Amino acid sequence: MNYFRKVWAIVWKDIRAEIRTKEIFSSMFIFSLLVLVIFNFSIDLLEVNPLDIAQGVLWIAFTFSGILGLNRSFLFEKENDCLQGLMLTPIDRSAIYFGKMLGNLIFMLIMEAIAVPIFVVLFNIGIYDKIISLAIVIILGTLGFVTVGTLFSAMSVNIKAREVMLPILLFPIVVPVIIASVKSTGAILTGKPFDDIISWLKLIAVFDVVFLVVSFLSFEYIIEE
Amino acid sequence: MNSPPIKGGEIRDVDFRMNYVIDCEKVSKSYGNISALRDVSFKLDKGSFLAIFGPNGAGKTTLLKILSNLVKPTSGVVKINGMSLHDEDGEIRKNIGVVSHNSFLYNNLTPYENLEFYGKMYDVPNLEKRIADVIYEVGLTARMHDPVRTFSRGMMQRLSIARVLMPDPSIIYLDEPYTGLDQHAAMKLRDILKNLKKGDRTIIMITHNIERGLEVCTHVAIQVMGKIAYMEEIEKVDRDNFEAKYFKTVGEGHY
Ligand SMILES: Nc1ncnc2c1ncn2[C@@H]1O[C@H](COP(=O)(O)OP(=O)(O)OP(=O)(O)O)[C@@H](O)[C@H]1O
Ligand SMILES: [Mg+2]
Repeated sequence: MNYFRKVWAIVWKDIRAEIRTKEIFSSMFIFSLLVLVIFNFSIDLLEVNPLDIAQGVLWIAFTFSGILGLNRSFLFEKENDCLQGLMLTPIDRSAIYFGKMLGNLIFMLIMEAIAVPIFVVLFNIGIYDKIISLAIVIILGTLGFVTVGTLFSAMSVNIKAREVMLPILLFPIVVPVIIASVKSTGAILTGKPFDDIISWLKLIAVFDVVFLVVSFLSFEYIIEE
Repeated sequence: MNSPPIKGGEIRDVDFRMNYVIDCEKVSKSYGNISALRDVSFKLDKGSFLAIFGPNGAGKTTLLKILSNLVKPTSGVVKINGMSLHDEDGEIRKNIGVVSHNSFLYNNLTPYENLEFYGKMYDVPNLEKRIADVIYEVGLTARMHDPVRTFSRGMMQRLSIARVLMPDPSIIYLDEPYTGLDQHAAMKLRDILKNLKKGDRTIIMITHNIERGLEVCTHVAIQVMGKIAYMEEIEKVDRDNFEAKYFKTVGEGHY
């Protein structure tokens, strides 16, 4: 119980700082909006079936704006060496990981919750009867992205070219999750039966668990100098 | 336990006591080919206040980082309360407070929010009252709800002292705590340190101000080029000539 209170204290500190500055959220949101709008303008929706491309556009918007948020995540911990301060406290190293990870997850999910309605309007896609299954895919896919993303964010924070390094390190590893998310989002939007989707969801869930366990185990070694 | 080697019939005082708070044995640390610490060994009892002096780059900060387990030594062992730092858990960290060169404070949070966060990490009881008390003690009550980003250097330093005092640790490391403090805050810090000393705390302070160091400590050390070149109890130190002693130990040729 105590462990979760501490994890939550870390999440809450990030949320508080974000409410004050809105730095992470505004950059993520504007970026995803730009992606959606630019794709919307560049594709003639009268000639192309939106369902051929929409799911890919949606996940491009999610993942690339997610990278923006992840890049910042540990940057704040580096100001005044707060990460060292955290490592001096008696909490378990894994609590730092889970706290940062949950914070990133929450920021991304909020961004996605606002981006989806915009997406629906721009691409003229009806999702009203599919909201729940879509939400499940987005939550599972984002979780997989953020579990490794948080680990790599911690890893790349000391690298000079971190803005470039983070996506280069991260994308090859999360590609299975992203592909599965795009595929299952496509299946949901085209109204395939839930049985078709469930195998993709299982795949994402397996990756989520594997990523979570591996990140949990290796985080300690990554943040120690 | 291995008995220490006895060379050529020389008889040494063998100290079998196990209850040292800090026991540092042959600790060395190198960064690449720079050796920041060389074979540093010393022991501190409960209630000791060690003041470390030494020139820039002598490895003083490195020593404190190793003693707080932020940096692993290249060789050697550090024991805190008899437990090896190497396989420590949160138990040891709970008892250690560190005022470092860096404030460990979140710029976007207020003093109150910063202390509330760290207080939760240390399970500080009666947190709200405790925060108000330590913030009052360092004279920041009026700025309690402004983001730390807007603080001056000295205010940050005061707040990081408050952050360390809050969980009431039994071991405190201070790395040049007087940096940036104005005269009043420096007097206040001296009083705080004197008060802390009355308890059973064990304190190590690095400072470049010899007077400030001598006025509170029970032990003095001079660190030069990664080595503890001199360590003595304060009673045996000639305070009036300590500065001369310092320069002699550090060596004119050092620069
Ligand atoms: N992270 C690091 N990487 C490489 N070298 C380091 C690192 N930290 C310290 N050093 C080196 O170790 C030596 C000791 O540094 P340290 O910071 O411990 O000195 P100090 O006694 O605290 O000096 P000051 O009085 O300036 O604070 C220096 O030569 C420094 O360059
Ligand atoms: Mg130093």
